[in-house]
Amino acid sequence: MASVVVESKPGTKPNLEVFSTTLQELAASDRDIIVVTSDSRGSGKLVPFGKKFPGQIVEIGIAEQNLVGVAAGLASAGKKTFAVSPACFLTARALEQIKNDVAYSDNPVKLIGISAGVSYGALGSTHHSLHDFAALRAINNLIVAAPADNFETEEAIKQAAVISQPIYLRFGKKNMPLLTTDPGNIFRFGKGRVITKGADLAFIATGETVQPALEAAAALHSGHGVEATVISMHTIKPLDTTLLREIAAETAAIITVEEHSVYGGLGEACASYLLQYGYAKPFRIVGIPDEYTVTGSQNEIFDHYGISGEGLTTTALDLLGK
Amino acid sequence: MTDKELARKSIHYRQNILKYIVKAGAGHTGGSLSCIDILNILYNYSLNVSPENFRSPLRDRYIQSKGHCVEALFVVLADRGFFPESDLNTLCRYKSPYIGHPTRKVNGVEQNTGALGHGLPIAVGTALAAKMDQKAYRVFTLMGDGELPEGSNWEAALTAAHYKLDNLCAIIDKNSLQITGPTADVCNTDPIDEKFNSFGWAVTHVDGHDLTALQTTFDRLPFEKGKPSLVIAHTTKGKGISFMENVLSWHHGVPNQEQYAQALKELGEAVI
Repeated sequence: MASVVVESKPGTKPNLEVFSTTLQELAASDRDIIVVTSDSRGSGKLVPFGKKFPGQIVEIGIAEQNLVGVAAGLASAGKKTFAVSPACFLTARALEQIKNDVAYSDNPVKLIGISAGVSYGALGSTHHSLHDFAALRAINNLIVAAPADNFETEEAIKQAAVISQPIYLRFGKKNMPLLTTDPGNIFRFGKGRVITKGADLAFIATGETVQPALEAAAALHSGHGVEATVISMHTIKPLDTTLLREIAAETAAIITVEEHSVYGGLGEACASYLLQYGYAKPFRIVGIPDEYTVTGSQNEIFDHYGISGEGLTTTALDLLGK
Repeated sequence: MTDKELARKSIHYRQNILKYIVKAGAGHTGGSLSCIDILNILYNYSLNVSPENFRSPLRDRYIQSKGHCVEALFVVLADRGFFPESDLNTLCRYKSPYIGHPTRKVNGVEQNTGALGHGLPIAVGTALAAKMDQKAYRVFTLMGDGELPEGSNWEAALTAAHYKLDNLCAIIDKNSLQITGPTADVCNTDPIDEKFNSFGWAVTHVDGHDLTALQTTFDRLPFEKGKPSLVIAHTTKGKGISFMENVLSWHHGVPNQEQYAQALKELGEAVI
């Protein structure tokens, strides 16, 4: 099947901004929509929300454990609670509150990890979240997802608002072009989105790494005659194993891509499922290796570790022996 | 309920705490005995909560932060009719919902607790929701003095005062002993009252085994309009059983048959 080249549309918004505007739309007609922040309304693009809905934002101050505990209490009393904090702090400092007060107690908090992955770039590893998928995947009763573009973000927020299960969403800061304009390509948690189709190779990517996967697919098509499938596997848990089986049957090799440690994230989740399913074709996990992370901007870190159109093209050709 | 009936409840609850801990072969004996009089007054006098209104958004909430003393909570919930007391025969058994810490699998339990320092932040969020919705329910949480070093407590204490949560009441079961030794030796948190006062709370001391004083104390809530309330309940770990009182090994000690018989004898003699 021919690969579809998706045009890049620079100027589309950061997912974080879409998160904020979507939440404002919801809050306008639903007083139970509550945002809880830890001195993070600025970085969460929530200043306008706070001005428009001062009665629906709870400022906790810099205290992430308390942020999550309070959010659990609010959710238990019927509030549609979005707990918003940088992903690095939310999912490490407050991990026990996420595990016990949200997931185990089944309080349907919407945990929003902002500036996730290496979005904070040169601020360094204290501000990076390369562990969140791994840590949260091991916690029962928690949806874990990383929307890739503005469309997925808007849908994820709208669906999260009414979902009765605890959920973790992570967002980055850079402008994210739409992956596709096909109105039939809907978003549902737990269902990966097929963006392009090709039989030679599949990129299974998540969050802000779907875009470089698409760029690689375009380069492989135009420069090397390699046709690649690109999947936006926005939901890390529950993983869309139905789609994984289809991809395993239809393509000759798989590369997973994520803005996360290569340990415990999307790649290992796919590998674990596929191995037990009997998959025995070429497979590669691309992410941040287990080392002292290189310093630089998000783009520079991506480039350094091959999470780029060029890097993924090279990895694909290597995996295919071309 | 008369004072005499409440006093008999406390004895009955102590008998049942021991009965089911012996049966399970596990439990937090000393702490359950130190907090049981507080739970007696909460569930039989102060709280607007019952099996009938447990799904009502207007019920009072009780969140047991010191989750390890679940046996005290279970015997009171059973007595109040949230579930048949015979269910407690399965305490800590395979596939039983009655495990060593509270979970919402058990009717009447508000939150899954067990890790310390979690009850107060959840209680703060629940009390905040009541304020937002202008609902009149109150939120109570019971903490151990040994869990006070958890930083999340102090984070939540700040938030409670910041949002003027006078519908929130935290109770500290100050039995002054924790698993390693005297709380004052492990990590001294005294003076607790001055600390919470400085955080913006209204604080009261009470004898945590004086049923009348506990009623009077809870009747005064909120202690000050616009401030969260803290009750420092001075208690004795192992209260009511002479050989358990203030003896560290009864933190999670399980009585043997001889000790159990002796304990029941003492409780029997205490019946009014």
